Amino acid sequence: MPKAGGLGSSYKDIMNITINGTSQQIASTIDLSVLVQTFCPQSRHVLTELNGVIIPHDQRSDTFIKEGDVLELVAFVGGG
Amino acid sequence: MSASFLTIAGRSFKSRFLLGTGKFKNKTDLSQSIVAGDCEIVTVALRRIDLERHEENILEYIPPEVTLLTNTSGARNAQEAVRIARLARSSGCGDWVKIEVINDSKYLLPDNNETVMATEILSAEGFVVLPYVTPDLYIARALVKAGAAAVMPLGSLIGSNQGLRTKELIRILINEIELPVIVDAGIGAPSQAAEAMEMGASAVLVNTAVASAQDPAGMARAFALAVDSGRLAFLSGLPLQRPTANASSPLTGFLYPS
Amino acid sequence: MITLNEIKGILSDTRPECVEDLAQQAARLTRQYFGGAIGLYGPLYLSNFCSSHCTYCGFHSQQKMPRLKLEPAEYIKEMQFIHAQGLRNILMLTGESYKHTPVDYLKEAAQQASKYFQGICLEVHPMETAEYKELFLAGVDGITVFQETYDRTRYAQVHLSGFKKDFDFRYHTPRRAAEAGMRQISFGILLGLSDVAEDLLGLYRHLREMEKAFPGVEYSISFPRLRTVRSETLAACNVDDIQFVKIIALTRLLFPRVGISLSTRETPQLRDHLMSIGITRMSAGSNVSVGGYTLFKEQQDPQFDIKDDRSVDEIVKALKAKNFDPVFTDWRHIENVSV
Repeated sequence: MPKAGGLGSSYKDIMNITINGTSQQIASTIDLSVLVQTFCPQSRHVLTELNGVIIPHDQRSDTFIKEGDVLELVAFVGGG
Repeated sequence: MSASFLTIAGRSFKSRFLLGTGKFKNKTDLSQSIVAGDCEIVTVALRRIDLERHEENILEYIPPEVTLLTNTSGARNAQEAVRIARLARSSGCGDWVKIEVINDSKYLLPDNNETVMATEILSAEGFVVLPYVTPDLYIARALVKAGAAAVMPLGSLIGSNQGLRTKELIRILINEIELPVIVDAGIGAPSQAAEAMEMGASAVLVNTAVASAQDPAGMARAFALAVDSGRLAFLSGLPLQRPTANASSPLTGFLYPS
Repeated sequence: MITLNEIKGILSDTRPECVEDLAQQAARLTRQYFGGAIGLYGPLYLSNFCSSHCTYCGFHSQQKMPRLKLEPAEYIKEMQFIHAQGLRNILMLTGESYKHTPVDYLKEAAQQASKYFQGICLEVHPMETAEYKELFLAGVDGITVFQETYDRTRYAQVHLSGFKKDFDFRYHTPRRAAEAGMRQISFGILLGLSDVAEDLLGLYRHLREMEKAFPGVEYSISFPRLRTVRSETLAACNVDDIQFVKIIALTRLLFPRVGISLSTRETPQLRDHLMSIGITRMSAGSNVSVGGYTLFKEQQDPQFDIKDDRSVDEIVKALKAKNFDPVFTDWRHIENVSV
């Protein structure tokens, strides 16, 4: 599992959030765009919903995560 | 009714064969099937990405000119379907949504009432809504009122390949509802797709029968031909099926006094 | 929906097998959807005042004849007579006259009729939705309004003056009645007035339109054949018995659940045969002149010449002999709740 953010991993900079239903620890300085890229290198096709609110692709770099946030990262898959 | 083109929400399509993209063994089969079937509309779903594995982006296997119809599968009620639809729209890939609300893991039957509610909400938000339902005339009328762009009655249970078990109920919708009727679920063979088209259905949606065929692309082609043939038969006017003659006393002899 | 060419094909097919085949199918469908039930009703002419000039009608506005309108005391007598024959469904008719038989008059008649009859239908001048609503709340269950012909040109030729001249107002009457909550609506064309195939198609389309817009209403169709009035022939073209049977059978095939009504214009023999082929409602013991059941010693002018003057009992007997089930009422009135 990639280290969240990969930067600034000192204790005070880490937050606990929920991503896709599981707890994750991430760096507190991270913005949504970087976070998505970390978990999904080809992040263009990933859709994001933060605390029930959809964050369009162009707003991700302006969106910052805080402690306790609930994030959904979804993408299109095959379906009927 | 326009003879050759399928018209949904003001857009015209040559193909009346919609393809579901689930259950394919690999993505190449999928893209070949779309091409072989000449499909212009395919369904996709939304899922949480797997944080531990890198998954391919299915959109890369779907030609850009194909219309994406996002299926709200996973939704157990109207609110969840609405949430999924809005997420899908944020992708910028379009606002066509197939409402599939299922709270039944045994039969995978859709919840007609929740579907009507989701249709109302999403159509008011400008989505092109294609609701998937168990065929029911009252529900279909409610969907028309709710702003649906088509009605998608199931032929038989999802994945069952049992064909048009609900044939007579579908026929009623075709007769009474002005929207395109797209038969979805349960079509297991090209002949069943042809049967739906002969009856006057506007289109069919097939997934399992193509995805699980030994040669998916070949099967997709077969379905395309069957849908075309069924449509042509319908337009050509199938002769009325006469009930078999049975011996019974003549009723009109009195008209011809000897 | 059937095409004009298909209808013409059926009507012009002279082989006996054609009409027999249609009749067999119609008989089977009627038995399947209606069992052997044949609803019986009695017509009551309340008034022959009419402001419309329809060239084919015995009561038209230019006809010089005594004009009568029954007052409550009079029509109650008529109602009692019809009731005593055993009938429980009544069809009250008037000529077209807002002035002589306005809504209030009809409402009162309906209220009186409610004391004697379960099913009350009106065949009067077309009205507005609000007026139908008043009538519905007064106890009227259904209305009958025949377009006569769907050919506008022919329609204009035979409807020379009065409210009936307005084709569209008449055409939309079923809609206005349905909007008011009427449970039963009866359509019809006057066979012989115009091209039969064209009129049948017009009728079928009209009915289909109404079925889609108001699916909860019980529809029925009548096919009065333009025959004689006071022995004067008025038909533009002849619709013979073979055509007539085909028309009824075809209608049954296209609309398996719609009622088909047959009046006393037709002979007892034909009525008896047609019972088996698709008819589901018949008038019985009819008198088609105003006050004709009890009030006048001498028969007043009839709207048309009656051919089947059998009493209700005789008709019931004839029905039972052929294994049919005469139905006097198939519902009980609780109250006409607001729509």
